[in-house]
Amino acid sequence: MEKRVTFKGIWLPLLLVLPQLVVTAVFFFYPAGQAIWQSLFIPDPFGLSMKFVGLGNFEYLLSNSYYRASFVTTAVFSTLVTLVSMGVALYLAVLADRLIKGSGIYRTLLIWPYAVAPAVAGVLWLFMFNTRVGVVTWYLGLLGYDWNHVLNGNEAMGLVVVASAWGRISYNFLFFLAGLQAIPRSVIEAAAIDGARFWTRFRTIVWPLLSPTTFFLLVVNIVYAFFETFGVIHTITGGGPQQATTILVYKVYSDGFVGQDLGSSAAQSVILLFIVGLLTVVQFRFIERRVHY
Amino acid sequence: MATVSLDNIRKTFSKTEVIHGIDIDIADGEFIVIVGPSGCGKSTLLRMVAGLETVTSGEVRIGGQRVNEREPMDRDIAMVFQNYALYPHMSVFDNMAYGLKIAGRSKAEIAERVAEAAKLLQLEPYLKRRPRELSGGQRQRVAMGRAIVRKPSVFLFDEPLSNLDAKLRVQMRLEIKQLQRRLGVTALYVTHDQVEAMTLADRMIVMNDGRADQIGAPLEVYANPRTRFVAGFIGSPPMNFLDAGLVNEPASEAATLGIRPEHLQITTGEARTGGIVLYTEALGAETLVHVKLPDGAMVTVRQDSTAALPEEGSAVGLTWSDSDQVFF
Repeated sequence: MEKRVTFKGIWLPLLLVLPQLVVTAVFFFYPAGQAIWQSLFIPDPFGLSMKFVGLGNFEYLLSNSYYRASFVTTAVFSTLVTLVSMGVALYLAVLADRLIKGSGIYRTLLIWPYAVAPAVAGVLWLFMFNTRVGVVTWYLGLLGYDWNHVLNGNEAMGLVVVASAWGRISYNFLFFLAGLQAIPRSVIEAAAIDGARFWTRFRTIVWPLLSPTTFFLLVVNIVYAFFETFGVIHTITGGGPQQATTILVYKVYSDGFVGQDLGSSAAQSVILLFIVGLLTVVQFRFIERRVHY
Repeated sequence: MATVSLDNIRKTFSKTEVIHGIDIDIADGEFIVIVGPSGCGKSTLLRMVAGLETVTSGEVRIGGQRVNEREPMDRDIAMVFQNYALYPHMSVFDNMAYGLKIAGRSKAEIAERVAEAAKLLQLEPYLKRRPRELSGGQRQRVAMGRAIVRKPSVFLFDEPLSNLDAKLRVQMRLEIKQLQRRLGVTALYVTHDQVEAMTLADRMIVMNDGRADQIGAPLEVYANPRTRFVAGFIGSPPMNFLDAGLVNEPASEAATLGIRPEHLQITTGEARTGGIVLYTEALGAETLVHVKLPDGAMVTVRQDSTAALPEEGSAVGLTWSDSDQVFF
């Protein structure tokens, strides 16, 4: 039974939710409203006047080959980041789950990267892969590989993917480990007695029982790859070379604040807003019926 | 079908020895119950037979073959867990078929064997359901079905009934016994419930703190408990312990005399000792009379409900026959 606290008046409950409402209004509703408003206008080059264009900004964007390319870039980037970070995290979590001695230290060390801010993580990876002084670049050079993410778009993409996924592994690892440890030991033992070796057990028992965690992480990681990787991309590639790493969020920034095309930038924000909304709906609908077995 | 032999089995968890050498030879088709209080090592012993715990020293043989180094799946055993350990994302059918599928049996054979087990356990209407849609007793049956379909040589039960309510427990106890008889399979059954042990076992192992205090047929253990622990653990209410000196028993060097509640009689004639009746418990078929002896010890007398009920607070004399007493 749900216990409900009933308030007599309207003022106390209003007062209690006010801080949250204020924060949401100031940091979400106001800027979101501004974005929607601005997306309907084109400002002149000096910002002195605005011309109403209706959905003109959207029409222009959707027919713009650069913008469509950015969609593809974002899809590739977020798929890779999600796969890499979840794959590695799952592998490490399975290892940690089997570990009996020293698992505390192992876990603590694995959680640390999560505490590193994206921009700082970006700079760390940038140093390692710096085309002139980077340690990894130097070793790759010894192996006969000429690493240059400043010129090579694929290498640039690889680098921002690795840097973005790296910090994310900790977060995914924690959830996967918790998910694994929530599976009753006796179920695994029963499967072992039934003749399932490690890989069969993982495929037929562990993975299906882990699927609620996996789905949750999938959505969260896609959202992360879409929106929270700005710092990494900004510090490492700045969206280049030749827009090879310009994901949608980065394009909002570069078109709006570098290119000074505020109308287009606002329209892009609105499109992103819809994407987030869509992802959130998917996530919530799933969480509601999360216990699927 | 197979024999099981344990040969000086020991188990050490990080320098602490928890099983101190257990020996038993189990005949083919025998029902062995391992009984003891929680923490006595009975589950650990069973898990060593299953291969879920390593054996620190000693040898486990199933069907005459040393299995210490074998994986659980290669020991030809099946196990029923306390929490059933059903696969929650699979239907009842898939739960029972899982082992056969992995073994690569044909679909027809799997269907046939599962149907056979389902019929035996009256699970036929539930084959398509998920475990969470079943009651405790039904889940218990599925767990047994999963064990049966694989036709193992040895059944291992780890407190399979302790999550069921009292009535269902009695019913399932009987079913397990019948099933084991019908299949003629060797069974090792762990429980902390001495009634389960008494009713199910061909022979029982009474464990105390990592040792087998006594191994024997239930009635033999009941009549001749080898240690005071066994005397106190098997039987409800437990055996009474009296100071041997107080009741003038020079017959033995032992300090304690043990006597079962049903062997004590309240007498108006010549009494061997006596005390004050503290309270009586009428249970219907029988009555328990709790008597406080002069030295403060409490004894329980179990008498027929037709016998005269002494008044609480009254002094009574107690007697028993020499053949029923045990010394420790």
